Amino acid sequence: MRRAALGAVVFAAFFLAGCGEEQQVTVYKQGKYQGKPDTQSWTNDPPGNQLRGSTWTKGDRGSWESAINQRAMGQHEDRRIYQQ
Amino acid sequence: MARMKFLVDAERCIECNGCVTACKNENEVPWGVNRRRVVTINDGVVGAEKSISVACMHCSDAPCMAVCPVDCFYKTEDGVVLHDKDLCIGCGYCFYACPFGAPQFPQAGAFGLRGKMDKCTFCAGGPEADRSEAEFKKYGRNRLAEGKLPACAEMCSTKALLGGDGDVIADIYRERVVRRGKGSEVWGWGTAYGPGKAGAQPPAGGKS
Repeated sequence: MRRAALGAVVFAAFFLAGCGEEQQVTVYKQGKYQGKPDTQSWTNDPPGNQLRGSTWTKGDRGSWESAINQRAMGQHEDRRIYQQ
Repeated sequence: MARMKFLVDAERCIECNGCVTACKNENEVPWGVNRRRVVTINDGVVGAEKSISVACMHCSDAPCMAVCPVDCFYKTEDGVVLHDKDLCIGCGYCFYACPFGAPQFPQAGAFGLRGKMDKCTFCAGGPEADRSEAEFKKYGRNRLAEGKLPACAEMCSTKALLGGDGDVIADIYRERVVRRGKGSEVWGWGTAYGPGKAGAQPPAGGKS
């Protein structure tokens, strides 16, 4: 009788062990980015003269965009060289 | 709102591979991975040879994002398509979906084992703290967070490769085409005719 009870306990422990397991993989939601959040470029401090980057007001997207656009116009060699 | 794009002028590209070298150097891209490369057609045929520099074009409706089974891609507010390497499983679906062959896979071990996908980031880093060492090691340099444009475009000696806000570089290209009178074969109403007419109907029979 005791042996049967012990057997039943071992049997139950063996077969029910999986029930307590938690899912260890990411639950994917189709079409939604699942990774870490990223910060925006304009939320950083301007790098200053050391890296020779542009200057903008931290957190102001408009000023960052105008700084980038001004830098992009540097690729317009006709305007840069001849139309100053 | 800025929407970052590349634009390549086939009339100007001289196949110097300066953009490829600039990208490799700036981002310390590993051996075997080329985020950018120069493609030449009609090689050696006088008058017909054309080259363009190709990398991730940061598509507005990116097919790599659509096919990724683990959804590791995202698009920044300024239109740059980036991905999280911690999530990437290196399956290669994005490589098959991309019309430009932009996703690259480093050999991660023996027997051709494929590593996590690597691609052009428009020099915008990835989902790590901006300008941090972790970001540089995984994704390369974050030049946008320094107020700069991608190294390939800024290094281009003939300015065949333009990078930046789509409207700005389209303006540069349009002025260039008008001045030289040829090489306007770029698709898109905004590129050909400028902003402010996006809602207007293109001429009958014209490319849209």
